[in-house]
Amino acid sequence: MNIEQLDFYTQAILSMAALVGLTSFLMLGQGRLLRLIFVFALQGFLLTLTTALAAYSLDNPHLYISAVLTLVLKVIFIPWMLRKEVLRMKMHRDNEALENNTFVMLGGASLMVFSYYVLHPIVQSSSVVMLNALAVSLSVMLLGMLLMISHRQAIAHVVGFMSIENGLFFAAIVATNGMPMVVELGVAFDVLVAAVLFGIFFLHIRSSIDSLDVDMLNRLHEVDK
Amino acid sequence: MIAAYLVLLIPLVGILYFALSGHKTDTGKLNIKFNGMCLLATIWLAVNVLNQGTILSSGKFFLIDPFNVYLIVLTAFVGFTTSIFSSPYMAHEKEVGKLSDQRLKLYYSMFQGFMLAMYLVLTTNNMGIMWVAMEGATLATVLLVSLYRTPESIEAAWKYFILCGVGIAQALFGTILLYYAAVQIGDGENALLWSVLYENADKLNPEILEIAFVFLLIGYGTKIGLVPLHNWLPDAHSEGPTPMSAVLSGLLLNDALYAVVRNKMLVDDATDSNMAGYLMMGFGLLSFLVAAVLLHRQKDIKRLFSYSSIEHMGLMTFAFGIGGPLATFAALLHMTVHSLTKSAIFVTVGHAAQLAGTQKIDQIRGLIKTQPRIGWGLLIGTIAIAGFPPFGVFTSEFLVLLATMHSYPWLAPFLLLGIGIAFAGLFRHIQPMVYGNKPEGQQAIKANLWPVIIHLALVLWLGLAIPGFLANWFSQATLLISGSTPL
Repeated sequence: MNIEQLDFYTQAILSMAALVGLTSFLMLGQGRLLRLIFVFALQGFLLTLTTALAAYSLDNPHLYISAVLTLVLKVIFIPWMLRKEVLRMKMHRDNEALENNTFVMLGGASLMVFSYYVLHPIVQSSSVVMLNALAVSLSVMLLGMLLMISHRQAIAHVVGFMSIENGLFFAAIVATNGMPMVVELGVAFDVLVAAVLFGIFFLHIRSSIDSLDVDMLNRLHEVDK
Repeated sequence: MIAAYLVLLIPLVGILYFALSGHKTDTGKLNIKFNGMCLLATIWLAVNVLNQGTILSSGKFFLIDPFNVYLIVLTAFVGFTTSIFSSPYMAHEKEVGKLSDQRLKLYYSMFQGFMLAMYLVLTTNNMGIMWVAMEGATLATVLLVSLYRTPESIEAAWKYFILCGVGIAQALFGTILLYYAAVQIGDGENALLWSVLYENADKLNPEILEIAFVFLLIGYGTKIGLVPLHNWLPDAHSEGPTPMSAVLSGLLLNDALYAVVRNKMLVDDATDSNMAGYLMMGFGLLSFLVAAVLLHRQKDIKRLFSYSSIEHMGLMTFAFGIGGPLATFAALLHMTVHSLTKSAIFVTVGHAAQLAGTQKIDQIRGLIKTQPRIGWGLLIGTIAIAGFPPFGVFTSEFLVLLATMHSYPWLAPFLLLGIGIAFAGLFRHIQPMVYGNKPEGQQAIKANLWPVIIHLALVLWLGLAIPGFLANWFSQATLLISGSTPL
């Protein structure tokens, strides 16, 4: 594949995929919550740009609606809600010491390679660009999970959860030019409800264990000890 | 088609009504009425399907075929009987001061929300909407799991939310891949419709579909409670209010399995290999065996029966994985009898826990002496779920075993072993609870056991003789799923 021979849209998609992947790695190594939320908003913004670009290049007006939905939900509403929570809990000065940071980053890199490996059979039926886009989406999802495993704060878990949604959204936009409109509205509705529920949960967790450290949620076991 | 719209409209009105009107003393009764109306609408729908065959709505948005229509009726029936149970149960919870009016309002509103999500999963023709509704079911029930606001229930709800949310995201990735394969052969807006996909299944790209199925199975499998993705299930079932455990076990798990089977039908047509079947068999058998062993180590009565749910869902997944008419027929029958039996058991368990004032197995004693109906209900329910003849669970498990011996004889010993271990695991706990000595001061409570009696009578009926129209229905569904009929 020679990158200069591709049209502008494809080149732009490839760079966007690279940037979205990069933001996932930035989140993975981030111990400070406010910065984590900022990078998450940045990832949302990249998605908005990608969607708008796809809408413009492919002349597909319904993608503009998706772009606006992403902007409102992932760049403004959810980061705002999380930020408010961090400030209320006075956690903005805490720097969570991430254990085994090196291993987590190496693990992240391996997950990316793994995504390429899993999706490689797709090359036979479509272009290499598609493989890149789908593999980056899958690795954004997997990195989101790794983020949830390696961080202890409930807020970081929500960021990981939403970043998994980002990966899915990127796949839907790039590989299939967006899902059918009803589905996309439905997914956006679910994300919104999930965000509101997370807000309610913070309240409950705080009042029950007086902290948002999920390591303290440890009362239930598979078998009794 | 009007019937299908009614089935969706009634719970929608229910959500709004309960959310806006606030809790009154008759809200529980009203909830029964809403579910009763829904049951009537689903029966009307079922009669329509019986007369006309598969119905596709004009916008192709809804698809009612023999496979989903019986699940719709089952959903409405279990929803109805559970609401009969839940009305006095929740009133009792309020009396003892565990819940406030505000929480009860949330409870009834979300009960209807959950029913709506279940009906939408079953009736929709769009694989994307199916995902949205499945996630909606999680969102509706997550606050019900933490309804009591104890630290344990909040932990259970958080686990449920995160694990199911992350799990089901995998299913969305699978759906996107499915769509990606579909747009290569058809038009965009209709490409995710199941009826369109099924017609063109043999043209779909097999490589992409194989990858997609792995993600779909992991995603929906989290909701089925397949090992090793099952951790949320016992927690959510044990910490939430008991009517919720009954509908989660009886309905949610079934519907997640339904979604997997729908996708399997596409993958089977596209790939010509049995890859999807092998995956389901592997995960199913693993869940079956692990859950059977874990039954022995439980100390909480609701956790005990949630592991039994995992065990049975594993068995169904295994049977659908074998494929073939006999195994598919058995799996469909097992879905029905397990739903009926398990929700009946949770109803009795709820009463037993209220009677003893605890969910701890070693503190529940002497049920038969205190209140014979609850004791016998629990005993007969457990006998039924453990797979004793003449109950329906025996019939379906026997058919699964028969199909296994026919197709994969070397797996049959594992099944027998699992059934044996599970039987021992259940009875070592149930025996002392039912027969043991009555603790001092334990008093009988007000209990409505009609749902239990009706459910168990139906299971018994299905075990003795499956009525003709139902057998016909099952074999039509089997024909749809496996390509030939067992009868």
